[in-house]
Amino acid sequence: MELTVGPNQFFWSADRWASSYDTLASAPVDRVVLGELVCSKRLPFYQARIPDAVTILLEAGKKVSLTSLALVTLKRERKQAAELSDMGVEVEINDLTALTYLPEKAPFSVGPLVNVYNEGTLSWLASRGAKRVCLPPELPLDSVRVLAKAGADLGVAIEVWGHGRVPLAISGRCYHARMHGRTKDNCQFACEDDADGLDVRTLEDQPFLTMNGVQTLSDTYACAVHQIDALKEAGVAALRLSPQSKGFVEICQMYRDLLEGVKTPDAIARDIQNMDENTRLSDGFLTGDRGVDWSGHSLAR
Amino acid sequence: MVMEIVCPAGTPAALRAAVKAGAHTIYCGFADETNARNFPGLNFDRAEMREGIAFAHGHGSKVLIAINTFPRAGDEAIWHRAVADAASSGADAVILADPGLLAYAARNHPELRRHLSVQAAAANADMINFYAETFGVKRVVLPRVLSVPEIAAINVETEVETEVFVFGGLCVMAEGRCSLSSYATGRSPNMNGVCSPASHVEYYDDNGILDARLGGYTIHRVGKEEAAPYPTLCKGCFSAGDATGHLFEDPVSLNAEQLIPQLQKAGVTALKIEGRQRSRSYVAQVVRNFRAAVDALEAGQPMPEGMLARLSEGQAMTTGAYKKTWR
Amino acid sequence: MTQSSKPIPKVPPLIARALRVMPLAPLSMSLTAYSKRVATHHPSLFRRLGEHDHARFVLDPTDLPFAIELEPNGGVPRIKVVRGQGAGDARIAGPIAALLGLVHGAFDGDALFFSRDLLIEGDTSAALALRNAVDDAELDLSEEITQLTGPLAKPLQRAFAFLERRTGVYLTRPEEAEAW
Repeated sequence: MELTVGPNQFFWSADRWASSYDTLASAPVDRVVLGELVCSKRLPFYQARIPDAVTILLEAGKKVSLTSLALVTLKRERKQAAELSDMGVEVEINDLTALTYLPEKAPFSVGPLVNVYNEGTLSWLASRGAKRVCLPPELPLDSVRVLAKAGADLGVAIEVWGHGRVPLAISGRCYHARMHGRTKDNCQFACEDDADGLDVRTLEDQPFLTMNGVQTLSDTYACAVHQIDALKEAGVAALRLSPQSKGFVEICQMYRDLLEGVKTPDAIARDIQNMDENTRLSDGFLTGDRGVDWSGHSLAR
Repeated sequence: MVMEIVCPAGTPAALRAAVKAGAHTIYCGFADETNARNFPGLNFDRAEMREGIAFAHGHGSKVLIAINTFPRAGDEAIWHRAVADAASSGADAVILADPGLLAYAARNHPELRRHLSVQAAAANADMINFYAETFGVKRVVLPRVLSVPEIAAINVETEVETEVFVFGGLCVMAEGRCSLSSYATGRSPNMNGVCSPASHVEYYDDNGILDARLGGYTIHRVGKEEAAPYPTLCKGCFSAGDATGHLFEDPVSLNAEQLIPQLQKAGVTALKIEGRQRSRSYVAQVVRNFRAAVDALEAGQPMPEGMLARLSEGQAMTTGAYKKTWR
Repeated sequence: MTQSSKPIPKVPPLIARALRVMPLAPLSMSLTAYSKRVATHHPSLFRRLGEHDHARFVLDPTDLPFAIELEPNGGVPRIKVVRGQGAGDARIAGPIAALLGLVHGAFDGDALFFSRDLLIEGDTSAALALRNAVDDAELDLSEEITQLTGPLAKPLQRAFAFLERRTGVYLTRPEEAEAW
């Protein structure tokens, strides 16, 4: 099984963004998807640094893809999406809009924000040239099994969300801006202070969600360590790890150790939680009653 | 041409009420997970659907069947059967969201008209035209993230008919792309046709202070005299940083009645009313009101004043994304 | 963009007090007989309840000194009138006028909930199923009640007579509900 690093979902400064890919070059991962997934207003800040990051990663032997935006509405966003395939790197579509601009039959990847819930959609995407699909994080293991099998027949590699705060929703409205009493057009980049998003708690102070501009994520970090054998058995080709601001390269190493049988799932889960006492884990979308559930021991309060 | 009023019906009684109140078109779903209002006690079995369609057709109204959840891997046959039954029961169109299901319908029931559900979140003209070319989609229900000028721009660029929501519940998130509900309850709009399902809602009334909990998370607390909202996650009251409040959306519902003339100028074909979970009383009142509005518009008269706030969630209304400042 | 809305009428305390001495056992039996009659006329109501057709519902008219425990019992319903709040899987509480208006399709359940005229506790899913099933059944309680015969019908008709004198209470199914 391979490890794929998904696109960074948060708004980091250009320097921080670029240096994260410098360090990732030496991380034990096979594939890196980069580019702007969440908000088109963030892209200009680091767009010029993308070619260098791609080069560094390619030179380090990684496979590289560029993501589309998750929600394409504005003219400039359509233009951005249309220009993606000119970059000479494989495109990962995270909105079907991006598919409309790809040359017919050009190979492409499908990200977790495209609704691939069943064999019919998978086979339609395969017929359009999809070679790799990261399934939506809310899919249960039963669906993963069926789709991994269908993918094998269709020549499509199936990837599963393995680690990181789970993208739960995308909106036309920017919640960071709204919270600061601003509109999206005049957001003044309210999201840039929150390198892993802003914690959203209930009235009873339970940690619940994470605010990230127009995106809403889970508070918990998905962690598929306990399902790794089941995923391997199902024929899942890769596990997706989603970047976070602290200790991400170490986390990549942990999952590599897990895949190679060097460490147990429990040990990895413990190590991840020990890195930050506020890290709460979940794997409920795969095997629990609900997404937030966690099948292992919880160390966090 | 008069703008088409597309009205919800969760039960045969609501369908008849809508027809009698003057709805041009009614949309409804089968009583299972194939539609996005899979609520207890709602929707149509096969016989009810056939009778409902016959009744509507007898009164000159059309019926659209929403099959707008995303088929479960391994169980696509359930959704395929729903499309086949829609075709054989004489539905005027099916409302679909899943590309695989659209491909199935286009291949196996080419004569059955296909509408693109709001759950597909097709938010730009390129996407809409792509669905038209690929699956023969004739109408798109636009996601509730667009402003009126953006809708007008889309209509310039596409031949596909557009249908927009004008009244009722309002998704803040792009529809069909939200897993908030399954994160907290295990049941989602995409997979199960439910959002913040009743089975996971608990109300606690403590001397008039009403708490709503969803999957164990407290998402609302309203005082004695305050209007109660739906227990929907995106309209919950939360805290982040120094702020506490409705961080995503206030408990309001959409009312774009006064925007109808602008929507017509923007090239919109049909006006959609949300609420298959609502009663036949609601359906009749809202339809009458909107029918009067489009008839007035057609006759060159001003918009009639006032929809009933009481019918609305939190008893408060918004024009949503149609005005750009909403974002 | 609001319009003044008529408040839901409430049974005056005086009448409510008078009802407190009403014997409940005959009322329970009458209502059970009556609900069986409704059941035979509206079989789809029970089909719509689905998995909830064996739940116990408490209908609590908050302006009356009793509550109604309703068990659909898979199409052979049982009704028990009890003093106090009653016990069951799901409780739907509100002024009797709101409950009757709901049954007769004059009001919208969600709207009554938003305005806090209706309170739902316990199994929300079951309560919702009942509400939706009843809304579809297009019931008319008065019409059915006038067709009731036998000695057990008396207490029930008396109870309704009290209410009928109150204006604004929907005891019959309106042909077309007024805007409210």
